[in-house]
Amino acid sequence: MENKLENLKTPQEDKILEVRNIKKYFPIKGGFLQRTVANIKAVDDVSFYIKKGETLGLVGESGCGKSTLGRTIARLYEPTEGEIIYDGVDIAGLKGQGLKDLRKNMQIIFQDPYSSLNPRMNVSTIVGEAMLAHNMVNKGREYTERVIEVIEKCGLSDYHIYRYPHQFSGGQRQRIGVARALALDPSFIVADEPVSALDVSIQSQVLNLLMDLQEQMGLSYLFISHDLSVVKHISNRIGVMYLGAIVELADKRTLYNDSLHPYTRALLSAIPVADPTRIKEMQPIIGEIPSNVDVPSGCKFHTRCVYAKDVCKEVIPEYREIKPGHFVSCHFAGEI
Amino acid sequence: MTDERKDLKELKNKAVGPWQLAWERFRKNKVAVVGATIFIIIALAVIIIPMVSQYEMSEFNLDDKNQPPSRDHLLGTDEQGRDVMLRLFLGGRISILVGLMAAGVSVVIGATVGGVAGYYGGWVDNILMRFAEIVYSIPFTPTVISISAALMFRVTSDQKMFLVMALIGILSWPGLARLVRGQILSLREQEFMQATEILGLSNRSKIIRHLLPNTLAFIIVSATLGMASAILTEAGLSFLGLGVTPPIPTWGNMLQRATNNKVFTSYPWMWLPPGIMVMLTVVSINLLGEGLRDAFDPKESR
Repeated sequence: MENKLENLKTPQEDKILEVRNIKKYFPIKGGFLQRTVANIKAVDDVSFYIKKGETLGLVGESGCGKSTLGRTIARLYEPTEGEIIYDGVDIAGLKGQGLKDLRKNMQIIFQDPYSSLNPRMNVSTIVGEAMLAHNMVNKGREYTERVIEVIEKCGLSDYHIYRYPHQFSGGQRQRIGVARALALDPSFIVADEPVSALDVSIQSQVLNLLMDLQEQMGLSYLFISHDLSVVKHISNRIGVMYLGAIVELADKRTLYNDSLHPYTRALLSAIPVADPTRIKEMQPIIGEIPSNVDVPSGCKFHTRCVYAKDVCKEVIPEYREIKPGHFVSCHFAGEI
Repeated sequence: MTDERKDLKELKNKAVGPWQLAWERFRKNKVAVVGATIFIIIALAVIIIPMVSQYEMSEFNLDDKNQPPSRDHLLGTDEQGRDVMLRLFLGGRISILVGLMAAGVSVVIGATVGGVAGYYGGWVDNILMRFAEIVYSIPFTPTVISISAALMFRVTSDQKMFLVMALIGILSWPGLARLVRGQILSLREQEFMQATEILGLSNRSKIIRHLLPNTLAFIIVSATLGMASAILTEAGLSFLGLGVTPPIPTWGNMLQRATNNKVFTSYPWMWLPPGIMVMLTVVSINLLGEGLRDAFDPKESR
């Protein structure tokens, strides 16, 4: 299924990243000869674009493939199929030096501030190591100077540079993770649940840091989270993922106020409201998330959708632009 | 600016890294410090005492045989009139050396095989680990006894010593290989290893700067405990006459004299000291090893 809609609407120059029909399957090997017996369809035919300087939020239940999508785009995984166009170049098949050069432009901020920092390295090495690997600075004074510049930008101080990760709090560690990603001076960052492991009070600090950095350095983010209020705070546009595919994508306001997909509505109705007198109308979701090995036929969501009709079980709904900038894949979008 | 730089230098020297933390924890562990102290004393004794002794290793004096401890011979003499104390500490050199070398061989092979298998995975992992399992399933004692018996009269005492070192090392690495492989596999899943990928670091730097330092503590502990068990194995083999053979003394072949009833009942100075030394050494190394393990335990370093 070719999807050229987005391509027609937005001129290429605006887009820093465009993903077309990307798939990432993980083979399950079994039997004596270790043959592939099935595929885990972690990401299954996803297309979207991100404009320069904007933040695209990606939400979904755990296991829906949002992290895999982020890591595939950053080329931590090799995509099974599809195109990833970064700055006009398809990076899906890059190898060797080309891939190494890409690393300078595209970075990841990881989720767990504990396991994402090597416990045996000090901040200076963690942040600066890659700059040396890419010959961006000379050893010695220039190196120290540059490391200090980067960590100060991320809200740490120069006297932190020879400390080790165990001497920092979770929030500070995450700042080190941000500094490490920024050291190579990238223009695009995949933020893979960067605040999920932090205390709520620290979350906003890190979010604001990310937003400040975006303004200063003109960064574009793919911001992955399962927390709808966090995504709402930081994103310009938001995509909702279900079972490896994007079911609805729209700008923030449209998505929160005029969502069309039943899954999006159900997710939004699950956001807790800090008002005990208000009784919210809950949109039910039936049952459990299906396996991404034996994906349901037709619309992937039909097994849990209260509106499901016969057509949903048989025909895969087209991912279409129902209003400008508002993409949805549901047979009955706008009718229910 | 220069002043600032000087301050940073100072900070760099004051920074408390994971190794210093481990050292602090080790120092506070009294049992481990006692173990380390005993081992250091033994190690110094086996180096120094033979150097200052007035006797020679193969100097025998049949007129002085089977003498109980006296001022001339602090631990008496054996059935050939040799000074037991000199032989005890010379034997200690050999025993500790055998333990050290055997553990060294085992660690080098085990860490390399385990590291390569864990890092590269796939068919490399499969082949190496099946090979490790084959070695693991070779029964240790029968193999060593057969090889020793077969070579008994063909090799010199010196060569026999190296043979024992090599055999113990070569037969004991698979356990360590499995552990190192497991360690590498779990490290590979940590986000900081994924970060090395996304940062575009080279394989060399990933292995040398990221994986190795995180397994080193673990390897050191294994090596220490492996050394203690190698010393015991060597003593057992030599006791049976299958390890290092006289005239080179080791604690094991000195203990062999206790199999003679007359020696066992009447000349305890010939076999009691090596027995005590083996026990002290093995216990002290084990305490040291346990202490290192506790000190390096990553669960506490957070």
